[in-house]
Amino acid sequence: MSTDIEPPRTAETTEDELEALIGDRAIARDDHLNAPGFVINPDDVQDVLADLRDEAGFDHLSCLTAQQYEDRYESIYHMKKYVDPTQEVSVVVPTTLDEPTSQSAEPVFRTADWHEREAFDLVGIDYEGHPDPRRILLPETWQGHPLSLDYDQTKPQVVTLSEYENPIQPDHIDSESDTMFLNVGPHHPATHGVLHIKTVLDGETVLDVDPDIGYLHRCEEQMCQQGTYRHQIMPYPDRWDYVSSGLLNEWAYARVAEDLADIEVPEYAQVIRTMGAELCRIASHMLALGTFALDVYGDFTAVFQYAFRDREVIQDILEDLTGQRLMFNYFRLGGVAWDLPEPREEFIAQTRDFLDELPAKVDEYNDLLTTNEIFQIRCVDTGILEPEVAKEYGCTGPVARGSGIDYDLRRDDPYGYYENLEWDVVTEDGCDNYSRVLVRMREVEESAKIIEQCLDLIEEWPEDEREVQANVPRTLKPDPDTEVYRAVEGAKGELGIYIRSDGTDKPGRFKIRSPCYHNLSVLEQMVQGEYIPDLVASLGSLDIVLGEVDR
Amino acid sequence: MSNEPRQQIHDSTAPSTDTRDARIGEGLDNRFNSKLREAFGASPFILTKFDQFMNWVRGNSMFMLQFGIACCSIEMMSTYAIKHDIDRFGAGVPRASPRQADVMIVPGTIVSKFGPRMKRVYDQMPEPKFVVGMGSCTISGGPFQEGYNVVKGAEEIIPVDIHVPGCPPRPEALVYGVLKLQERIKNSESSPVVVKPYELEQFGDLPQDELVQKLASEIDEDDLVMRYNWADSP
Ligand code: SF4
Repeated sequence: MSTDIEPPRTAETTEDELEALIGDRAIARDDHLNAPGFVINPDDVQDVLADLRDEAGFDHLSCLTAQQYEDRYESIYHMKKYVDPTQEVSVVVPTTLDEPTSQSAEPVFRTADWHEREAFDLVGIDYEGHPDPRRILLPETWQGHPLSLDYDQTKPQVVTLSEYENPIQPDHIDSESDTMFLNVGPHHPATHGVLHIKTVLDGETVLDVDPDIGYLHRCEEQMCQQGTYRHQIMPYPDRWDYVSSGLLNEWAYARVAEDLADIEVPEYAQVIRTMGAELCRIASHMLALGTFALDVYGDFTAVFQYAFRDREVIQDILEDLTGQRLMFNYFRLGGVAWDLPEPREEFIAQTRDFLDELPAKVDEYNDLLTTNEIFQIRCVDTGILEPEVAKEYGCTGPVARGSGIDYDLRRDDPYGYYENLEWDVVTEDGCDNYSRVLVRMREVEESAKIIEQCLDLIEEWPEDEREVQANVPRTLKPDPDTEVYRAVEGAKGELGIYIRSDGTDKPGRFKIRSPCYHNLSVLEQMVQGEYIPDLVASLGSLDIVLGEVDR
Repeated sequence: MSNEPRQQIHDSTAPSTDTRDARIGEGLDNRFNSKLREAFGASPFILTKFDQFMNWVRGNSMFMLQFGIACCSIEMMSTYAIKHDIDRFGAGVPRASPRQADVMIVPGTIVSKFGPRMKRVYDQMPEPKFVVGMGSCTISGGPFQEGYNVVKGAEEIIPVDIHVPGCPPRPEALVYGVLKLQERIKNSESSPVVVKPYELEQFGDLPQDELVQKLASEIDEDDLVMRYNWADSP
């Protein structure tokens, strides 16, 4: 068995070709577990990145990790190809401690804008030529860079409650224009949490938006750097994308740590993981659907409540499996915490019941939403996101697939048991709000297919081979200075983690690549020239979770 | 269901109903005869203290603030939605504006950037107002307590009436917390007075120290600021 469609591979760029391409600009090699790494000078960044993109096809700047060593700062650009994410290369840019200035990659990759603002904010590297070098997660008046080595956490900080720019002030662009300034959030029902969007309007038309984030920056990276690999980190991923995507997020950590420590996961555990993860995906897409209906119609009664009704069923199943409704903490390095609950037949029957009822429910949603005229008027051809723009901003997940980008890590960079199951990657070409909703609805059906097959496998699995956990030592101490970046397909897109080990039982650097962060950054491109209600619809269709945006 | 009085009430209260009908007079629409009126019989009066009556009303008609912060708000939404349906207890209509709300459920982690905002939203709610802290994050900072950016509990900024522990608390737990709050309101218990280390104050009023002097060029004298003394936090 295999997936229906084979991933579209291109000719692999070999290491020799990469070496030839970068040539003298590489001052050393610094290979990572997942990819060859090239060290370059801080003023060659744009050059090298542009060459890698144009000559070798590395068009996806997946992540930027910034970190401080005892003797230097380092920015690592993790690059991939949208057509084949298994082809990776890391570009390592060291800078000195006294003058941490590095060339900005923003002119080459638009997505580097937010990446580099974050790196400046948390670690303190300056990017020369960056168009907008402000802090992004912490308040403007913050002192120090919390993930740098000499940061003193006990120092007091002053945070302002400055009134945001005055809405009635006549202009915000120039003295001629007749624009109005509008704040949306940070406490606003349509922002799905605590997000503040500074909006400039001309009449009802949106001229410009500037998302102001960081109202939920909970120091996730610091927390993970303080935890031991074996058990203390796993609870945190549940809290990144907290819309019931717990198991999907846990998988991101499990995958990267298992690669780092070279742990084999038993097949049976992989099947359970796959099933649990897809249940989470359904729950998460249901919530996206419910809140989207709330955004475009103010529908608190029908779709929202139906979506919650169906989520409750999944949450019950997941609670039986993991013991918690939302923060599962069910994965372990090398497997899962325990087998299915006893009596197994009951659990399996209950899950099958849910799957049996699902098609009828999906039809109901289609009746209420996608075939509804008002809904179509609100969503078709609004919030257009062209595929080229989506790639430039590093969009992934349903947002990218709604723009026709055929990119799904479950198929393209296989992990777990996905390779051996029959399912399809869903894409839509509409590039609008409607397509993104359709993608989520159809993904729910695909997930159901996956779960069905997992249940079949689990049912037939011989009793004496139900191994749920590999043998993993009590304390893990990966070799010092091993670096690895790995991603999985979360509910919102590519959820990646970079870990550098420093020889202890805790990570030296733990960096999270959040899909929502990048999906949100593209908002400005989607809403310029649209009406303000379409801003709300577009934001809803991006399906962001602030816990994951801010981390 | 019709608006006709149920038979057994009608039977047992017939004499008083007659008296009442005689007093009200002819011609009134039957719809105004509620079953509650029926049950009261001839003298439709209750004697109570006005304050007690107000508190009873207050407890049974709570307007929640629609206020989502972090993970706990997902469980809070489940509490509002189908199945747990907190509307059964007269607390089910979230208001989008703080000016129309009288209970604030704080569902999540409070970080430095959000602290001043939350205080402002709280200040905008009309008195009397009540706060339910949902989840360990609002009690102590929860799993993120050691974070450089995390306020160690909602009580550092606003007074909290009820703490619901859990990470996240189950919807049932939140319902229980809201019921407890109703009980307290009905019994006229006031919220605990808290020593709040973090207040909004004008920048000019802060004690002049190194940090304040450094920021003087960036922040206006009259700007409201919150000063976090992380070292003193529990
Ligand atoms: S208490 Fe737990 S679930 Fe609630 S906001 Fe905090 S971390 Fe999230």
